[in-house]
Amino acid sequence: MPKPSTNGQELVVDRIRCDGFGMCAELLPELIELDDWGYPILVAGAVPDQLLDHARRAVAVCPLLALRLRPVARATMTATTAARATVASPGG
Amino acid sequence: MLPRLLAGPSLAAGAESLVDHRRRLGPLPPVRDGEALIKTLADSGLLGRGGAGFPVARKWATVAGRPGGRAFVLANGAEGEPLSAKDRTLMATRPHLVLDGAKLAAAAVGADEIVLYVGREHGAARAALTAAIAERATERAVPVTLVTAPTSYLAGEESAAVHYLNEGDGRPTGTTHRPFERGIAGDPTLVQNVETLAHVALIVRHGAGWYRELGSGVRGTALVTLGGVARPGVTEIAMGTRIGELAAQFGAPDGARAVLLGGYFGGWLAAGKALDMSLDPQILRAAGSGFGCGVVAFLGPSSCGVGATARILDYMAGQSAAQCGPCVFGLRAIADATARLAAGSAARDDLERLTRWSTQLAGRGACRHPDGAVGLLQSALRVFSDEFREHQRTRTCPVERDGRRAA
Repeated sequence: MPKPSTNGQELVVDRIRCDGFGMCAELLPELIELDDWGYPILVAGAVPDQLLDHARRAVAVCPLLALRLRPVARATMTATTAARATVASPGG
Repeated sequence: MLPRLLAGPSLAAGAESLVDHRRRLGPLPPVRDGEALIKTLADSGLLGRGGAGFPVARKWATVAGRPGGRAFVLANGAEGEPLSAKDRTLMATRPHLVLDGAKLAAAAVGADEIVLYVGREHGAARAALTAAIAERATERAVPVTLVTAPTSYLAGEESAAVHYLNEGDGRPTGTTHRPFERGIAGDPTLVQNVETLAHVALIVRHGAGWYRELGSGVRGTALVTLGGVARPGVTEIAMGTRIGELAAQFGAPDGARAVLLGGYFGGWLAAGKALDMSLDPQILRAAGSGFGCGVVAFLGPSSCGVGATARILDYMAGQSAAQCGPCVFGLRAIADATARLAAGSAARDDLERLTRWSTQLAGRGACRHPDGAVGLLQSALRVFSDEFREHQRTRTCPVERDGRRAA
């Protein structure tokens, strides 16, 4: 269970960009594991404070700039929920 | 009274002309107050019929409430779901309902142009809409363009549709911004399924109260496509109709084992459970399935659930836009493992890996294609759990084995 976070940042990965180099998981195994094909699975939610530096390093090392930190805002969460509800399934 | 959308001349007669459409339903009332129209839609409770079931009024209000500037209406008639035929049937037989609805949407949100986005393979639908647009050539209205969508499962996914219209690339772009914020030409775009628009054309004429007269739970009517029955095809039902009622009416096989609801993006339900259930989006979602685009397909008593699931997953893997690793590799892996289980050639830990993968892929693509595939897989692992285990353990199919024994 990660400790509470006050920095309000979360990790996100651009799935189209990501090519599974896997360097992020090496630098931040606490929050990033790799699936059977080498693509990252991220722990959801705000980055615990004591891991923020590691998270920044993981972001910096991604050769494709696919990983980034962004503020976790309540609005973001609402937007994500809304997006889930509205993304038309095929047949649209 | 049913039907509503499909009322009028026999479907076999093809497209209803503008003259017949107007004679039957009266002229389209002019939109004097877009806000009032959106309020009527909110009162009706109409939900989008493309598969996601999002409240229509909320989406319209968002586009209508933009700070200013141009906007588009994208009528989505790219019906990629292999088991669904309701959108193409509607477009081919009642094109003016769709055009009425699109026109109302443009008026209500203040859009400058309507784009009808219709699948390449829906020839009759495109012909009917082309003729219908020509019949209205003298009308003063926002311009309507018919665009042929590429043939693919994902072409109708809304970010893919906008991507195709903007850049000729029919692959999803992810969810960083939504079409109602930034869509065609970068302007706010209302993407709405063609059946949804057709409902609006009737609600405006008859009122929200009329719409709610039919249906229980979620109100109104819906087009559904029935498969695996003696009389397959498209029909219109009151929302909340019991699945067993449809089974009896359309001739589901005796001893049907399961029902696939919502199409390839939906989920399996055991027939014993499903027959007593209502076709209601909320009830189905709670049961681990979904109403989706209204597909109701029965699996017969001698059909293997593992095999049926393997065929669907193989299709889903093949339809990946091949942009995101977890989708490209994950979907292929679950499809191949399921196929090995179905064929009696399972590797030792196939079922175990399949179970693990089924929880790892959701939310890890730019669009929800992987979510749909693993959702279907999870429902299969639940509904056909004994069968999956038997396939793993004995490398034979219990359904086929018992079938042979019975014969």
